[in-house]
Amino acid sequence: MITSLNIILIGVVSLLGVGLYGLLITRNLIKMVMVLQILVKSAILALVLAGNVGGNPGLGQATAVTVIVVDTIVAVVALALVVQVRRRIGTLDVSQITTLKG
Amino acid sequence: MEPIFYAALLIVAIFCAYRAMVAKRILSATLYLASISACVSAVLYLLGAQEVAVIELSVGAGLVTVLLVYALSVVGEDALDPSSVVAKPLAYIISAGVAIVLVWLLYPMSGKGSSFIVSKLATILWEQRVLDVWIQIVLIFSGVLGILGLLSETPQTKPDHVQGSSRNGS
Repeated sequence: MITSLNIILIGVVSLLGVGLYGLLITRNLIKMVMVLQILVKSAILALVLAGNVGGNPGLGQATAVTVIVVDTIVAVVALALVVQVRRRIGTLDVSQITTLKG
Repeated sequence: MEPIFYAALLIVAIFCAYRAMVAKRILSATLYLASISACVSAVLYLLGAQEVAVIELSVGAGLVTVLLVYALSVVGEDALDPSSVVAKPLAYIISAGVAIVLVWLLYPMSGKGSSFIVSKLATILWEQRVLDVWIQIVLIFSGVLGILGLLSETPQTKPDHVQGSSRNGS
């Protein structure tokens, strides 16, 4: 029987799969930040769902709030780095950023 | 009726995620990302996590979208997505395999219930997870520093290969 729990579980896994696919095919740094956002959104849904299933919804929600804050800070710092990379190296293509090659 | 709402919202979210992946213009992908955030917020609200839904909507669809649009305006027009390094069929197989393994691992756990503890989010956040709150405060300060880095104007430097060619030319 298909319940709400199963639907959300399938949705979470599908969102995670789409995000992983995007992470594998993307070379643009800004799009990589966006793909990470999609992955974290599926993780937030999974945390809240796990809290509801596990019998302690408050704990799942508190963890989800922490993940949202961390994810936002990651996006902010990553975008600042992207802007600086664009200014200094002149490209956003990860395969052309050869400064760190040994 | 509730499963229909969940299914509709999640289908829209997955469609927007796919469109964000394949969109040629990154500005369009940013708007699709905001749509995903709105759908996820609605699902969170229906799940009973109203506070998390409000935070997700304001931060995910508001702040992050504004930051992305600002970064795009700073970066300029050459933000087009080039072709992928990994072959697309291989990426599809890998992501589908991971999704199948996750469903295989998680599905048996979905039937198991446990004793239900009713405690408010604020109680857990401020009494049991105080360390998380302190870490969030520190992270918010580092985010402010990140925004300063995003907004700071540095003199425009030429790319390395341009500098090298001009040196060789002289």
